Amino acid sequence: MSKQVIYGVFDDEEILLNSARALRGKGVRINDVFSPFPIHGLDPVIGIKPTRLSNAAFFYGMFGTSMAILMTWYMMIHDWPMNVGGKPSFSWFENMPAFIPVTFELTVFCAAHGMVLSYLLVNKIYPGRKAHNPDPRSTDDKFIMEIQVAENKKVAQSEIISVLQSTGAIEINQKEL
Amino acid sequence: MSNYTFSSKTKNLSIALMAIGLLSIVGGFLADSHRAWPTLLHNSFFFMAIGLGALFFLAVQYAAEVGWSAAVKRPIEAVSSVLPYGAAIFGVVVILSALHINHVYHWADPHVHDPASEHYDSIIAGKSGFLNPVFFIIRTVVYLGGWVLFFRAFMKRSEIEGQGLNVQNWKATQSLAAWFLVFFAVTSSTSAWDWIMSIDTHWFSTLFGWYTFAGFFVSALTVITLVVLHLKGRGLLPEVNENHIHDLGKFMFAFSVFWTYLWFSQFMLIWYSNIPEEVTYYMDRFENYKFLFIFNLFLNFFFPFLILIKRGAKRRTGVLTFTGIMILIGHWSDNFVMITPGVMKEHWHLGWMEIGTMLGFLGLFLFIVLNKLASKPVSNPTHVFYEESVHHHI
Repeated sequence: MSKQVIYGVFDDEEILLNSARALRGKGVRINDVFSPFPIHGLDPVIGIKPTRLSNAAFFYGMFGTSMAILMTWYMMIHDWPMNVGGKPSFSWFENMPAFIPVTFELTVFCAAHGMVLSYLLVNKIYPGRKAHNPDPRSTDDKFIMEIQVAENKKVAQSEIISVLQSTGAIEINQKEL
Repeated sequence: MSNYTFSSKTKNLSIALMAIGLLSIVGGFLADSHRAWPTLLHNSFFFMAIGLGALFFLAVQYAAEVGWSAAVKRPIEAVSSVLPYGAAIFGVVVILSALHINHVYHWADPHVHDPASEHYDSIIAGKSGFLNPVFFIIRTVVYLGGWVLFFRAFMKRSEIEGQGLNVQNWKATQSLAAWFLVFFAVTSSTSAWDWIMSIDTHWFSTLFGWYTFAGFFVSALTVITLVVLHLKGRGLLPEVNENHIHDLGKFMFAFSVFWTYLWFSQFMLIWYSNIPEEVTYYMDRFENYKFLFIFNLFLNFFFPFLILIKRGAKRRTGVLTFTGIMILIGHWSDNFVMITPGVMKEHWHLGWMEIGTMLGFLGLFLFIVLNKLASKPVSNPTHVFYEESVHHHI
């Protein structure tokens, strides 16, 4: 199935931001923006929802905490009770201060690695993946806005193009993917 | 540009609180002076240290070339203006204590240094090169005097800053801030050893200074946040948006965790090694102050950690105010558990005298801070980073 896409090319991120605001004001949905660096304040302008990665991180951290508690209890108390520094209490709770550092480390470890892996999975990034980039200039000095025609049936294609032109796009390309 | 007005209702409230405090202190000395002294030391230290923490925060803003905080500079200054008054009250209390007018400092008793006396204590006598009244008073004057001089220099610079955009003045403030941080780095640790750690004279802990610092710094950040929220509630500081509030909330969150880190580092090493001369400190607290000891950890760690961890919570006035008040109660009671056990052992109270004295100091604190806020416009548009601060966005 072929997809019709409009690319607006800009040479300044502030101009792109203003153009995006104008388009959103007309009810146009912007699919994505390709930029050589992160553009501050872009997400709300093009309607990207705040990330839920931090919620996931909390649960990865909780998972790490639980694993650490289970591990220290099984290794040090249950399976082979350890007498370290004269504290053979056979109770996890009474030995807890000694287990806090490892619990902390595992919490951080699981939260950090869980976040990285989630990020890679959600964005479908893996070693050897081909770059999905409509125009190599977006890795140098150009900012490129991608609008999918199929998603914007209510707004005429010519109107989208005229808004892009009037708000300062230096180049407008239409492509069939 | 509008000014903050110190309403007569708030003024009357703070004066009423001061009256309660004065009554509690006088009543306390009449009823039980042994209990009144540590109470006075605890409260005067707690409220003075909040001013000191705010001054430290102010210095960091200049030394690190911070842009976002320019719009909240006046509230920071207002909180730090407690320092000279607090230092005067605290200085009198601590110097009288060093002169052994009371029994706060065990080492101040000349008998423990005298081999002929039956109260001779060879461990304390071995520390007499450092812990003797003359040297102690000299150190106290150097710490308090040094901080107050730096505070006045900062206020002088701020006065010039208020007159118009002046990059030269900003640079001079930056180098002043750097010198203050060097002085503070040493004195914040040694003053905590002198004034608080030496109450438990036999005991010592190398990170006690940072632990004390972490406690009063997070209290200062919390008070600054509450003052900013109060000003926002009055419709002032329109240039301060939710991003500034979010950053202040982050500071409260981060330094609560920092405090816990130091609390736990000190506790775990002593608990693990279990050496009699170190572990006595926690024995006292765990046997006689168990509830407060554990309650502190809840109020100062689990509470801010679990509530402020969400992004939205750090942007909401109600949540921040509630958590802030809890943090302040937590650190007040943490300071209580640092100071009181060494003097009162198991015969401690937390009743009308402690609460009343606290309310009195709170009244004085509010009176000084709000007066200072009302004395100048709360906005600070001639700061070199003002423009950057107004556009702060995270």
